[in-house]
Amino acid sequence: MMTDLYQSQRAMRQMRRQAIQRGVVAILDVGSSKIACLVLRFDGAGRLSEDNSIGSMAGQTGFRVIGAATTRSRGVQFGEITAMQETERAIRTALQAAQKMADIRVDHVIACFSGANPRSYGLDAQVDLEGQLVTEAEVGRVLNACDVPDYGTGREVLHAQPVNFALDNRSGLIDPRGQQGQSLAVDMHMLTVDSAAIQNILRCIKRCDLELAGVANSAYVSGISALVEDEQELGAACIDMGGGTTSVSIFIKKHMIYADSVKMGGDHVTSDISMGLGIPAAVAERIKTFNGGVHATGADDRDLIDIGGDTGDWEHDRRTVSRAELIGIMRPRVEEILEEVRTCLDAAGFDHLPSQQIVLTGGGSQIMGLDGLATRILGQRVRLGRPLRVHGLPQSATGPAFSSAVGLSLFAAHPQDEWWDFEIPVDTYATRPFKRAVRWFRDNW
Amino acid sequence: MRPLIATRALEEHRAKPLIVTDADFGSGNGGSSQPKSKFRLRGLGQLRRGAGRGDPTPSRLSYRFQRLMLTPGFRKALRLGTPIFVLSMGLAVFFSSEDRRNAISDYVVEIKTSIQERPEFMVNLMAIDGAGTGLSEDIREVVPLDFPLSSWDMDVEKIRDTIIALDPVKSATVRIRPGGILQVDVVEREPVIVWRTRRGVELLDETGAHVERIAARADFADLPLVAGKGADKHVPEALEILSTSRSLGDRVRGLVRVGERRWDLVLDRGQRIMLPTERPARALERVLAVNEVQDLLERDVTVVDMRLGQRPTIRMNKAASEEWWNTKVTVNGGQ
Repeated sequence: MMTDLYQSQRAMRQMRRQAIQRGVVAILDVGSSKIACLVLRFDGAGRLSEDNSIGSMAGQTGFRVIGAATTRSRGVQFGEITAMQETERAIRTALQAAQKMADIRVDHVIACFSGANPRSYGLDAQVDLEGQLVTEAEVGRVLNACDVPDYGTGREVLHAQPVNFALDNRSGLIDPRGQQGQSLAVDMHMLTVDSAAIQNILRCIKRCDLELAGVANSAYVSGISALVEDEQELGAACIDMGGGTTSVSIFIKKHMIYADSVKMGGDHVTSDISMGLGIPAAVAERIKTFNGGVHATGADDRDLIDIGGDTGDWEHDRRTVSRAELIGIMRPRVEEILEEVRTCLDAAGFDHLPSQQIVLTGGGSQIMGLDGLATRILGQRVRLGRPLRVHGLPQSATGPAFSSAVGLSLFAAHPQDEWWDFEIPVDTYATRPFKRAVRWFRDNW
Repeated sequence: MRPLIATRALEEHRAKPLIVTDADFGSGNGGSSQPKSKFRLRGLGQLRRGAGRGDPTPSRLSYRFQRLMLTPGFRKALRLGTPIFVLSMGLAVFFSSEDRRNAISDYVVEIKTSIQERPEFMVNLMAIDGAGTGLSEDIREVVPLDFPLSSWDMDVEKIRDTIIALDPVKSATVRIRPGGILQVDVVEREPVIVWRTRRGVELLDETGAHVERIAARADFADLPLVAGKGADKHVPEALEILSTSRSLGDRVRGLVRVGERRWDLVLDRGQRIMLPTERPARALERVLAVNEVQDLLERDVTVVDMRLGQRPTIRMNKAASEEWWNTKVTVNGGQ
């Protein structure tokens, strides 16, 4: 089963390489409130600089956004697909608009989603080196030696990234290849999700005549784009407040070490308003966007909001609500979400990290006064994060709601090494020499 | 009274825009975010396809079609292929009818003829310069042109080749002169020698080419005579020998080609100078030199044989030989 996953992820990686060679790939952020699609064009240039630092152009010189479109998401709840047909239609809408803007046909899609109950595992392994030198095969061997916990049936590994290498007594190595030593140890972060969610996304994309060239967790990719480089290096948590879920990811030394999601988001705030005031969800969303907040002041009592209606009853259609009332509805729900996030961070042991930086991003982070509220619940060092600037991104897609789409673009351009990027050591196959020969043949021809 | 004409546009009294969602900003479906008018005010718009749908999703067909149209290769093929296809289909349909094909070919022929038969291109007569009357008639006979004729229909090269193929013609130029005249300039061959064969008497020019067959040698008494098979191939040599033998005056009867190999110079009184194959004029000069000093050819000599250069031989006639024998007998008896 492990080998199956290895093969399918490798196939996806291969597909991604093909797409980049062709030069065009689509980025699809399947969210609960909106589906965003970016079309990237790769120009071939833009590798990282010699010392592997990000550099002045933030490492995203290699591609350009040539098409962007968003559409209201339907059939996605809590970041998971619940109605295939609806989701497929929404994906089609976004993709068609993005293709139209890019004026080019896209065949490969890299998708991310936030739900599907992500769960993090920390793995480690240690092997004695066969030679003195750490080679790629040795890295593959130590990765393969990791003791994988039983993560349950019906779940699949989405990410498996080596986070830290240790050679003899030296730890904190990013890339041990070419170094001398006796024994090599690795710490790996593994993220599993429900396999049904991946299968659903895969099927939706297949039905749109596209090929899936990669899947990522949106907590991870929004961390890539919303955290600045030193935050990723020193340790920070990225909280992506989406429509249906709020996802949490913790980064240190430029690697994600933890990800989780809270099944509450902006849509719940909207539905609270809708229920509390007895108005349609669309109106509630509008009121939340334009007049929402989490800190009531004296002036808010006098600030009356027209909530309207379409019944024909004059009294009913002329209803108003004060902003203080609105804040009174929103605040408990936002507090609840942040409390849940706090629980997640505590479970992950975030308070043991050297840096306590917290970055709020996602569409939900645009609630006025949220940073003040988050400071009280999560800790002192909270800031609002917006995605990195990338070439060609339209102004309408630069808001925090697009941090996972932009992060996915960065991920597509410069993916981190994953477990399946290294060759499985040959002795795993030793029992089946014929299969090995076939595989060698397929790899080389 | 001023007629009632509208002087400004009608003012529209819009309803106050209702509060609607803009959650789907930037998705390009601006139509659905507009406030919806009352049912009775929407009029025929509600009969339009997808009017009440509010769903910006493209149909599966239109999605596929758009993807197809965004494929670069397909677009290129469409851009080039469609006009070519339409054009070729149109031509094929047009030319599928026999009548139209004929009409077009007739039209082309008609235009061609009307251009070719313009007076500027017509040739009315043939002028022949440099040929005698007989030759002119011959030329007119071998070039049977039916004037007036368009110059497009004439093959001047072929006419020239035909004229040059005539025996008495040495060279010819044929051109169409302004004014519609086919100008033929001919240079005739000059007969320099008469060649007698078993089949008759012919005139040859200085290269040995046949000029004309004549009835009698006497008609061209001033030209020297040659005879023998293959003599026409060595006319320059014959002329050289004859010019060398000029000092013999009218004693020369002619030259005979012997065995297609060498010449005999035939004089009157049955005398004959047999010349060698190589350098015959030189050998003849030797004979003439001897003749100058010793009056060789005035004597009773039948043949002067110069065929072997180291051993010139003479043959006396019978009377002279007998007389020589008698002289010897007398001399012997006298002693």
